[in-house]
Amino acid sequence: MSRILIASLLGLMLAAPSPALAADAGSEPIRVGSKKFTESVVLGELLAHLLRASGAKALHRAELGGSRVLWNALQGGEIDAYPEYTGTIRLELLGGRDDLDEAGLYTALRALGIEMSRPLGFNNTYALGLLEARAEELGLTRVSELVAHPALRLGFTSEFMDREDGWPGLRDAYALPQRNVRGLDHDLAYRGLAGGSIDVTDLYSTDADIRYYGLRVLADDRQYFPLYNAVVLYRSDLAERAPAAVRMLRKLEGAISAEAMTRMNARAKIDRVPEEQVAAEFAETLLKRPVERRRRGSWIDSLLQHSAEHLGLVGISLGAAIVLAVPLGIAAAHYARFGQVILALTGVIQTIPSLALLVFMIPLLGIGAPPAVAALFLYSLLPIVRNTYTGLHDIPIGLRESAEALGLAPLARLRSVELPMASRSILAGIKTSAVINIGTATLGALIGAGGYGQPILTGIRLDDTALILQGAVPAAALALVVQGGFELAERGLVPRGLRLPRSE
Amino acid sequence: MLELRGVSKRYASLEAVRPTDLRVPRGETTVLIGASGSGKSTLLRMIVGLVLPDSGSVSIDGEQLCADNLRALRHRMGYVIQDGGLFPHLDGRSNVALLARHLGWDEPRIEARLRALTELTRLPVDALDRFPSQLSGGQCQRVSLMRALMLDPDMLLLDEPLGALDALIRAELQEDLVEIFRELGKTVVMVTHDIGEAAFFGDHIVLLHDGAILQRGSMQQLIDSPADPFVTRFIRAQRRPILGPSARDAGDA
Repeated sequence: MSRILIASLLGLMLAAPSPALAADAGSEPIRVGSKKFTESVVLGELLAHLLRASGAKALHRAELGGSRVLWNALQGGEIDAYPEYTGTIRLELLGGRDDLDEAGLYTALRALGIEMSRPLGFNNTYALGLLEARAEELGLTRVSELVAHPALRLGFTSEFMDREDGWPGLRDAYALPQRNVRGLDHDLAYRGLAGGSIDVTDLYSTDADIRYYGLRVLADDRQYFPLYNAVVLYRSDLAERAPAAVRMLRKLEGAISAEAMTRMNARAKIDRVPEEQVAAEFAETLLKRPVERRRRGSWIDSLLQHSAEHLGLVGISLGAAIVLAVPLGIAAAHYARFGQVILALTGVIQTIPSLALLVFMIPLLGIGAPPAVAALFLYSLLPIVRNTYTGLHDIPIGLRESAEALGLAPLARLRSVELPMASRSILAGIKTSAVINIGTATLGALIGAGGYGQPILTGIRLDDTALILQGAVPAAALALVVQGGFELAERGLVPRGLRLPRSE
Repeated sequence: MLELRGVSKRYASLEAVRPTDLRVPRGETTVLIGASGSGKSTLLRMIVGLVLPDSGSVSIDGEQLCADNLRALRHRMGYVIQDGGLFPHLDGRSNVALLARHLGWDEPRIEARLRALTELTRLPVDALDRFPSQLSGGQCQRVSLMRALMLDPDMLLLDEPLGALDALIRAELQEDLVEIFRELGKTVVMVTHDIGEAAFFGDHIVLLHDGAILQRGSMQQLIDSPADPFVTRFIRAQRRPILGPSARDAGDA
């Protein structure tokens, strides 16, 4: 506990130059991205290993989000390469271009400044699957047979739920009658199947979980799903910047069979071997020479890193919010019309779901810490503006008029009378913002901002409770420490006269 | 000389003050009396600039109150409200010295003034170190009076200064206030609804009703030659309980 406290304090002091924000500085490493499922992370690590083996510097920004986030980050130049699937490119990213043959695909991508490797050697298609026993009991082997079982509970990844090549198209193609359909995390879906809370889920055909959970994959008897050949997408300018690195990346073309990929997924997901190590072993087999292994930090190192990232997100966003929100609250209290507008506006921001607000920031600010800080900043405004406004507004009229009648200048009134009297309320607003901010900042990991959300996210993906706790416990502890800190600060900042019980 | 010329104030449909003229003689105490809603407080708040009249003007020694000179003129007025209006986050000393500090007085000058004022208002010295929530009602009013007198203003404006006090403390403070007013010789304008208090303080009494001045003069003049039947009704309503049933008979006769 005291370590966390010290780490938190250190983090607060170091909040500004946090590593999350400084990551892009230095001699421009090649940045590889990956989506937030195991296979993508393994491939991302593999790309990073190969790049390093070519003599380049490489950085893997793992688990950045879904296809859209990675695609936008690649186009925006925030990452240089990431693993993708041809079906996803055709139908989802280019918006329904299943008319494109392979040559057409290269041309279409090149027009966007993006190059595509040749297929890596395996097709990771979507499929529907259910527990073997349940499939036997219902006599299911093909997707078209689902028509006869309208009461089945379906659980799909959120992405599958609204992708061009996902559930809406599948439902129409097979005229499926099921209405009990839920969106959930891919890794949680397997646990949902095993636990009996859903019957059918979408699978990636190279998932190790298929064998681990004993699932039956239903045949796509109307050939609805296209080919999802794994490829590497990289920016066209990378070929000019680092030709040797690109040549190395292309060594993966045709090098990974479906069995090899499924085996790697199983090693990472089922045997809990770190993705970095799984990828290193494959790279060594491929290159027939050892690759540079990264030193694995202790849990205390990663705790410190996540603490620094988290405190950076919270400290900067909250600090900026205080600087803006207190004056806004003061203005709102002095100009009624303006006050209504400001309170309504900040109130509306508060109603945007935090996840959505984070994602809205991506087109504006890219991925990583900046969009997370911006979203947290916007979230922190309302409690502070509202409490500043309320604190000032609730000063009894007699006292406000006494200060005015005394002949104090407006600024002197604000500084010597109004703000001190409102200090308790303002401080409470800042405290509320801080506590909400600390919790919400864990979502920052979804868009590559790091922080305590990172171990939580990875822990969910790997079904690793200890890892989840490594994020959840410090986040909760930090919220408590900050709350306690504010209660102490109240003694220093709220004038003594306002803390006295009435004597009569 | 304080002079209000043709001032009026309307709040939506309520005519708080009808066009009114009032001259307040220098160095004497003028009491504005009336029932609640009669416009007496609004009139006082116009003098200190908390209410801007819809029409007419307020002038002090010929200088007309406006946005530019408001703060300077306020430094020449002391304003005390019913429950003192002391700032709860400041102790007595800081409440009294707040304005002087902002005006850049040095500490010795402030201390000397505080000493003189505690003596004048008969406030126990240690009360200055306490916060308003630790002071009795009477002590609050004495501190508030000190705050109003800090810059040695020409005028004192008091809005029901004794209204929130219980009878004994009220009587004691009344005596002290009269003595202070006499000693300082300042122009005092006091608002009250209490006819006894008006008689006690007032060299001049101004009786307001429905936003207009009904009569002005000494208490004796108001009793002996009322300008309107309401004047007699207003005075008698407050005297009746003290005089008892026999007075009612006498009054009705």
